[in-house]
Amino acid sequence: MQILTILIPVSLLLGGIGLAGFFWAMRTKQFDDPQGDASRILTKEWDDHPRP
Amino acid sequence: MAMTESPQMIACPACVVAPSAERLAELTVVPNARLMLSLPSAHCAACISTVEATMLAQPGVHSARVNLTLRRVSVEADADVTAAQLIPALEAAGYEAHELDPGLLSSTETDRQGREILMRLGVAFFSMMNIMLLSVAVWSGAEDATRDMFHWISAMIAIPTVVFVGQPFFRAAWAALRVGRLGMDVPISLALILASGISLYETLNGGEHAYFDAAVMLSFFLLLGRYLDHRSRALARSAAEELAALEVPRAIVLLDGVETLRPIAEVAKGDLVLVRPGGRMPVDGIVTAGTSEVDRGLLTGESLPSFAGPGTVVSAGEVNLTGPLTLRVIAAGRDSSLHRMADLVAVAENARTRYTTLAERAASWYSPLVHILSFSAFGYWMWQTGGDVRFAVNISAAVLIITCPCALGLAVPAVVTAASGKLFRKGVLIKNGTALERLAEVDTVVFDKTGTLTMGTPEPVDLTALAAADLAVAVALARASSHPLAQALARLDVVSAAVTDLREVPGYGVEGRLAGQPVRLGRAAWVGADPVAMTATYLSCGTGRHAISFTDQLRPGAEAAIAELMAQGKAIKLVSGDTEAAVAALAQRLGIADWVAGALPAEKAAIVRGLADQGRKVLMVGDGLNDTAALAAAHVSISPASALDAARVASDIVLLGRDMAPIGDAARISRQATRRMIENFEISAAYNVIAVPLALMGSATPLAAALAMSLSSITVSLNALRLK
Repeated sequence: MQILTILIPVSLLLGGIGLAGFFWAMRTKQFDDPQGDASRILTKEWDDHPRP
Repeated sequence: MAMTESPQMIACPACVVAPSAERLAELTVVPNARLMLSLPSAHCAACISTVEATMLAQPGVHSARVNLTLRRVSVEADADVTAAQLIPALEAAGYEAHELDPGLLSSTETDRQGREILMRLGVAFFSMMNIMLLSVAVWSGAEDATRDMFHWISAMIAIPTVVFVGQPFFRAAWAALRVGRLGMDVPISLALILASGISLYETLNGGEHAYFDAAVMLSFFLLLGRYLDHRSRALARSAAEELAALEVPRAIVLLDGVETLRPIAEVAKGDLVLVRPGGRMPVDGIVTAGTSEVDRGLLTGESLPSFAGPGTVVSAGEVNLTGPLTLRVIAAGRDSSLHRMADLVAVAENARTRYTTLAERAASWYSPLVHILSFSAFGYWMWQTGGDVRFAVNISAAVLIITCPCALGLAVPAVVTAASGKLFRKGVLIKNGTALERLAEVDTVVFDKTGTLTMGTPEPVDLTALAAADLAVAVALARASSHPLAQALARLDVVSAAVTDLREVPGYGVEGRLAGQPVRLGRAAWVGADPVAMTATYLSCGTGRHAISFTDQLRPGAEAAIAELMAQGKAIKLVSGDTEAAVAALAQRLGIADWVAGALPAEKAAIVRGLADQGRKVLMVGDGLNDTAALAAAHVSISPASALDAARVASDIVLLGRDMAPIGDAARISRQATRRMIENFEISAAYNVIAVPLALMGSATPLAAALAMSLSSITVSLNALRLK
């Protein structure tokens, strides 16, 4: 049963990372244009050098 | 996110004292213009790069970003760049573009609200998952110290979660209690508080049952419903805002003879305003110079344009057809007749009796029932156990949790979201949350004619009555004018005669010479012909004087929509402000037996109200200013996207395309959606019939509560998605 003292904090930590990621995504407006972002990743425009 | 400290500060401490040249330049820079264009035809990855590259190639444009989800491009550019410069470039690239008024697109506020709910939803989901992990261990038989520890950890996750996540419910419940009502939020809040409280008490005393998982799950499911509700509302609002933002109101003001483009808000009484042919009157005014014809169709429903010359009073919203007009402004902006009408509509809408939705009706018997059940369980067990408060409170908390109003809180928003999403893809925008339910009850449909069943664009009839040579002359003359009747003739596939010296006389017609003989096409009096009852233009040439009659072009899908509505057993009525001959012809063409012609705006509203007094549920479909009162008076109303702003504001549903056929679909889907809602109530009632007696008898475990709640929520959501 000692393992619980490690596993429970670990599960909370992993869940917490997911929650923090969700918060970050929302704060930085990642959900404003899901359709556009899905398409943008396929363009070859800035493959060779980053967008100035 | 709080880490916005500029790294330059550390690299160059002197910069703090002496602002760099870069910063000085930043301070003196002229504020950039932010332009927003709507791109209805953008749909793919290539569109993004093409549009952005096209925009960046324009002089003065700093950056452009396409939002494919909203089909918009926002452009940062120098202050002197206008949308009028950018739209032709986009059209050359193959994209239809319209300017949007960024001021009207106030999506930030709803964005913030939506993000707040989503944030709480995320927290609730995180807690629910973690508490579930611990609860499964307890359900499968953890005992003594292990169980207590798991309960303690659950409590530490659940209590802050309920406090944070439950706030929207607590606030709404408090607001309801203060005005002495029992909404849905009161039992929800009570269940949340009681469940957390009793579980904490049990944990303190090393008890067996804790409902932390149920409390968090309850808040998760209900927040999900609330988020769906918010999202479908926000989508409808942003689409409606986009329609409004499409009309950027501007007027050409003459200042000492110089034409300047001004926002309508800056036009004052007494200014001179120029209206070009094809333009809509931006203000109420008196014509001081120029003659033309004006189309009052949107205001009165007449399909025939009327003459305007010096001294004629014109109102905002009328369309100038043939010649430029200079107006002296009588009233602009908020005082114009257009706005006064919109205000009337607002008053009519407030007076409209508040419709009680199915969910509200269900909640009105649900709330008292739940409270009575829970309190009587508490009383009974107090008496039965001889005053064991802990046991009695446990039972009443279990009853509150098991009767969770998930069907009300989640199923109705899920059905509305599914139905309005489906209709949106068909080109029907549901502006009002209760419109779907009201549409399902409709048994009578009242249609307007001009602009609604017809496109407001005329087409010539009975051209065979005219000799081919005369027609050739008429077409030659018509090609010199932008008048809608002339345009209809000009579109004909006819070789035109060699008419010379073409000259348009604004407000009257077109004249020219054919082999030395004068020929004219225009108004009856000017041509010297006898006027006929139909909408017509008149031709005078070598062979005498002829009338060319026109009929209004039918809106695509109008026949299909009427056939479908008739098949659904609804009574159809046509009410128009147009002449009897025109209305009769259309009614016969569409097979409508019941029609009224020459109706004034007040009469239209009276007809709708009269039908309502007979107990009919009326759907009004109209587009003009003359329909707005009737639209507001009807049980539910629909207007096409081409309708006047005031009419769109007054109606509950807007057709986004030109097609009329989706009205039939909307009526069908709305009935289906209402049926699904009722089914969902029945499903959740069935769950309660099984689970509530268990809870009342005291044999409901936290496991049973969790199962009943999640199963009923999932079934009702799946049922909502069955819409076709």
